[in-house]
Amino acid sequence: MLEAKAISKSFRGLRAVREASFAVPEGGIVGLIGPNGAGKTTIFNMVAGVFRPDSGEIVFDQKNVHGLRADQICAAGIGRTFQIVKPFAGLSVLDNVMVGAFLREKTTSGARNLSASILEKLGLGPKRDLPASSLTLPDRKRLEVARALATRPRLLLLDEVMAGLRPTECDQLVAVFREINRAEGLTILLIEHVMRAVMALAGRIVVLHHGEVIARGTPEQVVRDPAVLECYLGEETEI
Amino acid sequence: MGFDLVANVVVAGVLTGLVYGLMALGLSVIFGVVRVVNFAHGEMMTVAMYAATVLFAMLGLDPFVVALPVAAAFFVFGYLLQTALINPFITRPEHSQFMLLVAVAIVMVNALLMVFGPDARNVQVDYQLDSFEIGKILIDKARLFAAGAAVLTATGLFLFFRYSLTGKAIRACADNYLGAKVVGLNVKKYYALTFGLGCVCVAIAGCAQVLLVDVTPPLGPYYTLLAFVIVIVGGLGSMGGALLGGVLIGVSEALAGLFIAPSAKSMFSFGLLIVVLLFRPQGLLGKR
Amino acid sequence: MTKASAALAVLAAFLIALPAFADNYLLSVATLILYFAYTGQAWNVMMGFAGQLSLGHALYVGIGGYVAGGIFYHWGIGPWAGLWVAMALCVALGVTIGFLAFRFGISGVYFALLTIAFAEFTRIGFDHLDWLGGPGGLFLKVAQRDTWDVANFRGPPLMYYYTILFLTAAALAFCAVLLRSKAGYYWQAIRENEEAAQALGINTFRWKMLAVALSAAMTSVSGVFYAFYYNNLFPEQVFNIGRSIEIILGPVIGGVGTLFGPILGAVVLTVLSDSLTELLAAIGWEIPGIKQVFYGVVLLAVVAFLPNGIWPAVAKRLRL
Repeated sequence: MLEAKAISKSFRGLRAVREASFAVPEGGIVGLIGPNGAGKTTIFNMVAGVFRPDSGEIVFDQKNVHGLRADQICAAGIGRTFQIVKPFAGLSVLDNVMVGAFLREKTTSGARNLSASILEKLGLGPKRDLPASSLTLPDRKRLEVARALATRPRLLLLDEVMAGLRPTECDQLVAVFREINRAEGLTILLIEHVMRAVMALAGRIVVLHHGEVIARGTPEQVVRDPAVLECYLGEETEI
Repeated sequence: MGFDLVANVVVAGVLTGLVYGLMALGLSVIFGVVRVVNFAHGEMMTVAMYAATVLFAMLGLDPFVVALPVAAAFFVFGYLLQTALINPFITRPEHSQFMLLVAVAIVMVNALLMVFGPDARNVQVDYQLDSFEIGKILIDKARLFAAGAAVLTATGLFLFFRYSLTGKAIRACADNYLGAKVVGLNVKKYYALTFGLGCVCVAIAGCAQVLLVDVTPPLGPYYTLLAFVIVIVGGLGSMGGALLGGVLIGVSEALAGLFIAPSAKSMFSFGLLIVVLLFRPQGLLGKR
Repeated sequence: MTKASAALAVLAAFLIALPAFADNYLLSVATLILYFAYTGQAWNVMMGFAGQLSLGHALYVGIGGYVAGGIFYHWGIGPWAGLWVAMALCVALGVTIGFLAFRFGISGVYFALLTIAFAEFTRIGFDHLDWLGGPGGLFLKVAQRDTWDVANFRGPPLMYYYTILFLTAAALAFCAVLLRSKAGYYWQAIRENEEAAQALGINTFRWKMLAVALSAAMTSVSGVFYAFYYNNLFPEQVFNIGRSIEIILGPVIGGVGTLFGPILGAVVLTVLSDSLTELLAAIGWEIPGIKQVFYGVVLLAVVAFLPNGIWPAVAKRLRL
């Protein structure tokens, strides 16, 4: 569904991403991991339309999407969350999601219904009329996801969504993603440091180091790959 | 239009521009460090000008003499203003702080109107009508002294920020608020100090300016806008930029007044502001 | 919601019936309040909805007034035609400013300064525009004031009162509808967090431009009203930055971005300041500038202690 072909990006002479290529199969969940500074967020931002790759192509659904603006990317069917959550603090939880819903829904009532059902799915139903600023961090993360889901994406980009969550909260969110992926076939590409989540969710993993892809495969394969162990996981990783 | 006339006008423009530059320097320092847009800056300058006229009327003292006590008073005022009005609201969004100072500006201008009325006031000292002659150029004594005071103050400020411990501390606060706090700097105190220093610039500039123009309350908003034009053209956060911008504006206003019409001179300044905002928002010497 | 609608109905009835028991002076005060309420509401669309602080809104009032006034003055064509020309010109201006600002990434304080610069530039420009009166002013012929000449918008104070009442009510209704629509949600999203809004598929540039254009159009109507109500226009007065600040006082004090904020703010300001002036006149203090000092102090107090304006606090108290 999504294919990155040899994309590169430099910032003022610093090569952040170097000829990275990977693919995300339709209906699959792919994890993007690697040490800090490996270029994960840069790749993410290139897919999300925040910046344009210096070279290479990004193809989504057989259409070129590299170079499109962030809002055009969303309209094309790629939704995203932010690593540092960005709720619309002055709006209620429901209104937050409705902003997303209006992309595909024509009427206010349609948007409201869609938003309400998404909030239910994510366990935020009872809090729908609260101001977004009053939510705890895990709930804000859910809100972020709900909002992105309201745009009816076919591919969802999750940017370190587990950061700052306790193990139980993390497991709950993993369950939610698993369910959406299974029930609606939503394709997911996630950046994550929390290996617990990556191993539980990802069908395939792509490992980055110094801007280059150094390994790709199933979780079991990647976890045993010596290059990965050396640069990121450490020799004694037990998952 | 003879070359002599143009040359005279340009020189006068440069000198006036240096005084404007000092005023703008105060604004630049305040914005560069405290990140507050002092919308009352011109109004403060006008208050300084009125103070000079009052002290002259009551005590017969030359504005350059009263500049020091006025500057001291302004320092205290600026310090208190920052402490009481701005520091407590530092976490508020930018336009909120902006509005606070808009309110202060409104109060100032109209308080001046209430106290002094709309008529112009000025200062009359003996040397105001004298001038130095350098070839064909006639330089007003008052203008030269005013520019001199401006350059002196600016240099003093520059040296302070460069070499004194307090000055360096203030620069640290400007560069990195959190970092400064972490190393134990009392950032709010330094903000207040900086605002005070900005007001000192305005005080001295005002005392100098009152020798060159008559003062009326509407000068307040006019100078505020002028200060912004200069700071944006010259570059926010750059001390040299403020002076350079001041000189540029001073000269261009003088030339516009000569070639087009006296009333059109500020039109040119605003046009320049628009152009700079669009194409080089960091100004000529600015950093961001 | 019914509590609020009931209150609104009562207010509307009161305002419609006002001329029956108010003298001309009171009527003129009411007209002024409504004028500021309407203009504040128009400004609110740009600031409250799109989050762009315009401190040069007097530009649109002035252009609106001068264009419609000028057309009437030179060619005797009534304001109903002049209105459209004025609106078109103001929209073009607003769109230009918006385009320049947004394309070049100018926002916040810099945007405010840009708007001020445009207004000031225009003010000085009009001072030199003798065709429209120059600094001496443009004076519209004041024709019969007893009969209602709707075509030329001339008539007794009553006509102007009902016109501005209608405009304010229409603006209120329009904004209410907008707020609950997709546009309202999108604008609020942009105001809260532009980056997040983009990630949700919102073309923020286009929507910001729309807010700017709408605000300019609405404000131009205010200018047309001004021209035909006061019948004289001076560049120094009309484009003055003091005027721009007057325009924002109502919404800022009442509550930026809210529906009733601009109206409440306009009422509070005018009522309080007029009472103050009356009070002082009674004691014998007639000092120019005291009203503005008062405005400044109120603004200061509100911004410092009630940053969201008076309306949200009031609404919470009244449980609306």
